[in-house]
Order: sequence, then structure tokens, then C-alpha cells
Amino acid sequence: MLTALVAVIVGGGLVLPIFVGLAQTFLPAFGILDAVGGERFSLEPWRKLFALPGFGTSLRLSITSGLVATFLSLALAACFFAVFGGRARQGLLRKFMTPLLASPHAAVAIAMAFLIAPSGWIFRLLSPWATGQTYPPNIIIVHDPLGLSLILGLVVKETPFLLFMMAAALKQVRVADHLKMGRSLGYGRASTWFRIIFPQVYPQIRLAVYAVLAFSLSVIDAALILGPNNPPPLAVQTLRWFSDPNSAMILPAAASAVLQLLVILGAIALWWVAERLIVLVGRLRIDGGVRSAWLEPTARLIGRFTVILVGLGIAGLVGLVIWSLTWRWRFPDALPEAWSLKIWGAVAGEWLPALTTTALIGAVSTLLSLCLAIAWLEAEDRANRPRRGLAAFVIYWPLILPQTAFLFSLHIAFLRTGFGGGLVSVIWVHMFFVFPYVMLALADPWRALDRRYARAAASLGHSKGDILLRIKLPLLLGPLMAAAAVGFAVSVAQYLATLTIGEGRIVTLTTEAVARSSGADRRIIAVFASLQALLPMLVYVLALLLPAILYARRRGLLGDQA
Amino acid sequence: MKYCLTLSAAFLAASSSLAAAEDWNAVLEKAKGQTVYWNAWGGDERTNAFISWVGEQTEALYGVKVSQVKLSSTSDAVNRVIAEKEAGKTEGGSVDLIWINGPNFLSMKEKGLLFGPFAQSLPNAKFLDLTPASANSVDFTVPVEGYESAWRLAKFVFNYDSARVEEPPKSMPALLDWARAHPGRFTHPSVSDFMGATFLKQALIELAPDPSVLQSPVSDADFEKTVAPLWTWYDALKPNLWHGGNDFPENEAALRQLLNDGEVDIALSFDPASAAAAVEQGSLPESVRTYALDGGTIGNFSFVAIPFNAANKEGAQVVANFLIDPATQAHMQDIRVLGSFSVLDWAKLDAESRQAFEGLPKSPSLPEIKDLGKTLLEPHPSWMTRLSEEWAKRYTK
Repeated sequence: MLTALVAVIVGGGLVLPIFVGLAQTFLPAFGILDAVGGERFSLEPWRKLFALPGFGTSLRLSITSGLVATFLSLALAACFFAVFGGRARQGLLRKFMTPLLASPHAAVAIAMAFLIAPSGWIFRLLSPWATGQTYPPNIIIVHDPLGLSLILGLVVKETPFLLFMMAAALKQVRVADHLKMGRSLGYGRASTWFRIIFPQVYPQIRLAVYAVLAFSLSVIDAALILGPNNPPPLAVQTLRWFSDPNSAMILPAAASAVLQLLVILGAIALWWVAERLIVLVGRLRIDGGVRSAWLEPTARLIGRFTVILVGLGIAGLVGLVIWSLTWRWRFPDALPEAWSLKIWGAVAGEWLPALTTTALIGAVSTLLSLCLAIAWLEAEDRANRPRRGLAAFVIYWPLILPQTAFLFSLHIAFLRTGFGGGLVSVIWVHMFFVFPYVMLALADPWRALDRRYARAAASLGHSKGDILLRIKLPLLLGPLMAAAAVGFAVSVAQYLATLTIGEGRIVTLTTEAVARSSGADRRIIAVFASLQALLPMLVYVLALLLPAILYARRRGLLGDQA
Repeated sequence: MKYCLTLSAAFLAASSSLAAAEDWNAVLEKAKGQTVYWNAWGGDERTNAFISWVGEQTEALYGVKVSQVKLSSTSDAVNRVIAEKEAGKTEGGSVDLIWINGPNFLSMKEKGLLFGPFAQSLPNAKFLDLTPASANSVDFTVPVEGYESAWRLAKFVFNYDSARVEEPPKSMPALLDWARAHPGRFTHPSVSDFMGATFLKQALIELAPDPSVLQSPVSDADFEKTVAPLWTWYDALKPNLWHGGNDFPENEAALRQLLNDGEVDIALSFDPASAAAAVEQGSLPESVRTYALDGGTIGNFSFVAIPFNAANKEGAQVVANFLIDPATQAHMQDIRVLGSFSVLDWAKLDAESRQAFEGLPKSPSLPEIKDLGKTLLEPHPSWMTRLSEEWAKRYTK
């Protein structure tokens, strides 16, 4: 009964609309769209796409920035644990990572732009004493043609995410034992980590890595803020084509959206092959007893970079808050020459409603997703088997789809059914992305819960509902709150979904911050970006505090949260 | 007989104005309680604040609320209307009013996506110069025909930091010389942006062998010949631009930030008062001054239009009418508000309305309108489209 209900809600509510949107993108990609007079199947949109100026560069930029950012994030996260991966450090790590983990990509990207630009904070701190300049250097940093700033912005945001996922996965691995054994065989810390521990961790975080890969290949907001703009990466270019005043451009734009999907699938396939190759080579080397002396210093170096990177991210977020409190701050002053709260006051009429809407959409979509996730996992328990394969695919596929590939078409489908533009449809579409992340955060702790508690309660005659409400949920309060915090942050970060489905009428902190990031006053951008970062941070803190307060007298229930 | 004719003409005029007043009363009646979704570019804080103010006023006066849908590009709203048409949504559409002009207006007008004609029947249209050649009647050479109503004047100007530049260049060739002498200290917004495209158009008007061809739709034969000097000039300018011309600020506001950060010394604007207002708000140094080129610069009116399927057409008309009220225009021209020059015809204003304009505050960064020289006509929109495409082909690798 519960199983059927959950299947209907997830299938009809989350899977079907995305499928409809995808189908509606494929049609114009092959020339079929009434509004611009296309009726027959044709490859013309593709020919047009390939001939558009800058197409090749856009495609190359997307692929390189996506692959490089994902690889670097994974390497940085892995090396961090290889070097510092004792349990004692993880509490500290989590504290420092939380702001970056909670902040939306757009806020982190804006923070990095303010930090690294030629007139950014770093050069302000260095000028004129170190650079000898009173002018900002005439060099391209933000929007650089190779996409290096974009890669940096993505890595600053994705590394903490992968660190977080690895930390969770490491709980299932007997790290200390492995390290002891490695040491007794004469292997260094990093060698043991990469040969023994990492291979056990990686399968658990593989999905997260693919999500990072797909996201980095199709990111829009961070690419608008940090990426090259002449031409931009393919995702941004696709968005530009979709919004070209000449409506015939919809055809090549749709083809480009389909191409993005293919790029993501291709990149994941490539990554998968690389995984196999590394396993193969790694086995041979382990069997051959190769020691790799270079591994230890390299890992140490990269591990330190991770710390620097997290520091950079935090500094960027601090810079945001400073900018929002600035009145006048000319180059090369290290700090504003005049501070003021005036800017907060001046745009209060805009950030207040945006804050309320963001919080409302985030709270409702998270709560609904959490209920759905609980229902899904409970249905698994009752059917007595965890779902894999198709079911997992159904949950997680929104994480690997490029948003451009279905959102525009989904919006038209919504209009046809008279269901566009409202708060309800925005919340619904946010759930496409919130639900998978809530599942990602909740599924493992749920499945790891000792089944004997439930069995004991059942043997005492409690009903299934009773067991869920009075045993499982209280035991899982920590993970539930963590999943809620993750879900809320995902909702706050949604840009394209809010913009397209909300028809621009649903104004959130993210749509405001990104709309303004292209120009506007840096102080005002800073107001929106810092709110955008602070709101999910607040929810994270609450999510950590609530179990600690409720279970202050039952330490055993706190587990790792303590 | 003559007397009779005059009398009946007067009677006709009176009755038609009476009928017009009745029609307008019906519009006001229907508008009451409506919320107008005004789709307007959201990148300028003062404009956003002005639009909020408009909403407060129309709510108090007519019971019409205004909600600004902040666009990052006007074409977003155009595409939303296209999507609605595509989905068969011919009424109750999501866009009520659009801040529009040029290519987007042409695109919507050609596709029959606009409601109207309505502009000449607005009561306050009597303050406008509606003769066929006026800036009210022609938008980028496209006849307006009542499908959009003006609300602010835009004119291309340069803003420079007088603490760093002594003699700013007053023509496009002079600008090239200046850029050669000061590499990296000037740039223009990305050509995909309206402001960047306008910079190219301004240069084209100045450099083209025969600028008059720009007033008709572009043809292949004309294009090559007309733009050749522009590309020669631009090829020489580009390496001397900020970041070597490999990267451009997104739009006017981003360029203004560069001027404030000291990354460039000269910036562009489509609003002669924007620099003075930015100084007022702490986002530009006090040494910034505004000027126009010796040969004059491009200027046009910003308009508002109503989509064919707008859910709140009456409210939208009330807002459009409120925008050209002399009191509104005077408030808008206040440097502390927007500082945009009025679109009204001075000759048609009464003494009281004129006084509202004459009492407005001044600033050293604010030029007098007479110092800004001639206002040049916008080329036909097809030139802008073609120019942007060609620029992308030449300079996008």
C-alpha cells in the first residue's frame, strides 16, 4: 500500500514532468516546433548550432571546466583525508566547511569574484606595497578565456561537498585498523589511504562524484558570474540562445540542450572507464609491491592546498559581508574608507520579500521531500529490501540532467495545462532537486540503523506506524535534520528552475543575486549574496543544535553529532 | 456656413473628448484592484526604486499595484509572451507591461504580440510631441503607431574621471588616439549587451562614408561598404582596450563599477544623469564628469508596451499614463531619484508643470541638456542585429 503510494507520487510527480520536459526539448532539436513553423523532422537545427560563432569554444570550455573542476575537487578532498584523516580533526573540519557547504554556488562564485578580481580584495591587500601599483593590474582574472576562475569557484564549492560525503562514507570503514596494518607493513599514511581505504570509500561516494561532474558540466549561475563570456560555456550560451529576440533560435538552442545531455552522459562514461583503468593499474602495482615514494609528499602538498582553498572560500564569504557594509571603498584601500548600513536599508524593500519567499519555498519543498523520503525508506523497510537499480536511477537522475534540457519545455507544458508561474509550481520543481539530495543524505544512515530496535518494539506488540514515529524517527533525528539542512540549501540555490518556472515573478535571494551580479552596485550584490549564504547557514546551525538540545540528556542518541 | 462647420467641428471635438473621457473612466474603473506585472530590466537600482515609487503612487491614486519583474534581459519577457502564445494562452498572460524598445519592439510588433494602439488615447498623451517624425513616433526607425508609450529619454554619453583624464576625447578617432596613449584604460560593454552594441552604432554613424543608409533596413551591398571603416578603426582600438579587448564588462552597470574601481578611466552610459546619481550614492568618485561627442550622440526614448494577452491591460494603461504625467516626469528628472530627462514637449506644459522642473537640484557631475549637443537618430534595428552578429563572427574565437 505504502509502496504503491510512494511509487505513484515519485513517478507521477517527479519523474513524469521531467520526462515530458525532456521529450519537448528533443522535438525542436530536430526541427519540430509549431510556433516557428517547424513541422517536419530535420537535422537543420544541428547544422545551425554547429555553425554558430563560438560554438566550438563554448563546447570545449564546458567540457574542460567540468572535468577539471570535478577531478581537482575529488583529488583535493581525497588528499585531505589521506593527510589529516583522523577522526579528531573531523569535528573541526565540519565547522569550517559548513559555511561553504551551505552557501549556494552563486554566493560562493560572487564571493570569489570579489576576492580574486584585479580590483578584488587580494590585490587591494597587496597594493601598493607589494605590487607597486595604485591602479588595479590590467589582467583578466574573472571571466578569463580559459575558464580558470570558473574552475576555482566550482572547486571551492564542490571540495567541501565531497569532503562531507567522504566523511560520511568513512564511518563504514575501519580506518584506524587499516592504517595500523599499513604502517606495520612499512607503507606511509597516504599509501595506505589510497591503496586500502579510498577504494572502500569511493564506491559509496561515486554517485556524488557523478552529480558534481554533471553539475559542473552544465552550471549556469556560477558560469555567468565567473566564467568566460566571449563566448561563454555551453550552458550559458544555450540560455542566451533560448532567450534570443529571434525566436527561430529556439531550434538550435534545443539542439544545444540535447547536446549538453549527451556531453554529460559521455563524460560520465569516460569517468567510469577511467575508474576501471585506475583499478586495473592500481591492482598490478599493489601486487607488484610498488612503494611510490612520491605519493606521501604529493598528497601532503595537495592536502594543504585543500586547507588553503577552504580558507579562501571563507575569506570570500567574509568579504561579501564587508562589501554589504561598505559606503565607499576605492582601490587600493585594504578596507572600506566609509562603512554604513545604508545599503541594507536602501534595498530592504527588496531583500525582505525575497528572503521570505526563499525561506517559504525552501521550507515547504524540504518538508515535503523529507516526508516523501521517509515514506520511501519506510516502504523499503516494510517490503524488506532496499531498492537498487531502476529505483535508484529514478530518484537520482535529476542530479545528472542539465537543467536547460527540460526546464524551458516543462514551462511550456505547465502553461498548456494552465499550471504556470505560481509558488506551487516553483515548489514542485524545486522538489525535483531537493528530494534526491535529501535521499542522498538520509538513505545511508537510515539503512544503517540497527534493525533490532524495530524488531524488539514489534515483539512488544507495537504497530509499524508506532515503530516509525516512536523508535525510528527519534533515533534518526540527527540525520533527518542534516538531510533537511541539505535539502533547504539545495532549494535556496535553485536559479534557473525558479526563474523559468516562476516566470520571473517568484523572486528569491538567488534570482536577485544572479540578476544583479552582471552589473549593479557591488555593495547591493553583496547584500543579496551574503543573505543567500547566511540563510542556509542558519538552517545548518539549527539542524546541528536541535538534536543537541533535545537529546542533551541522552548522549547515546547524539552519535557523531556531539 | 463656415461658422456652422466650425461649430460642428468644435462640437465633434468636444463630444469625442467627452467620449474619450468616458472611455478612460471605464479603464480606470476596470483597473481598480489590478496588479500590473511590469517586466523591466532590473540591473539599475535607481530605476528599480523609481518603479516601486510608481507602484506606491498608482496604488494610492488609482488602486493599481505595480510588481516589477526584474529581467536580466528584455528578451526574456518577449520569449515568455512567445511561449504563452505557443501554449495557446491568449488571455490572462503573465506579462502586463514591458520596458521595451528597438529590436524587441520590432520583434513583438511583427509577430502581433502587442496590445494596441493605446498610447495616443492616454489622457496625458496631450503633453507629448506626437508628430510623425518625433522620437515619440519612431523607435529605432520603426513606426510606433500607438503600440508603445514613451517614459524616459536615453542619450549616449561618456563618463570620465577628471582626476585621471585631463582632456577627454570628443570624437571616435580621438578616442582611438587616446586609447593608444593609455592602453587598457578604456573599454565598452559586451556587444551582446544593448550598451555595447550602442557604442558600435555610435562609432558607425561617425565613421560610415554615408550615414544616411543607416536609416533604412540593412542590405548586403550597403553593409560591407558602410562598416569597412568601422572595422579598421576597431581593429586598431581593440588591443588597446581594457584586458586587451579579450573580455568585456557585461553591461553599463558593470562598466560603472570598473570606473569606480579605477580599472578604467572612461566609461559609457545611456543616461546623462547616471554618473551624477552614482556620485550621490557613493558608487562613483566625486571627480567623475559627463560629456557627449562633438558631432552629437545617439539618443532615443524608452517605451512601455502591453502584450496582446496581458491579464491586466487596464492597469497597465493607467501606469503608462501615470508615467507621462508632468509631476511624475519632474520627479523622475530629479537627480536624487533617476535624473532621466523628461520625454514631454516643453511647449505643451503649463507654467505650474514647468516650475516643478525648474526647481530641481543640480550637481557638478550633471551636464546641462544644452551641453550634450545634437541627438542623433538610432539606425534601423536590422543594423544593430547585423552589426552584433558580424562583430561576434570577427572577434569571437
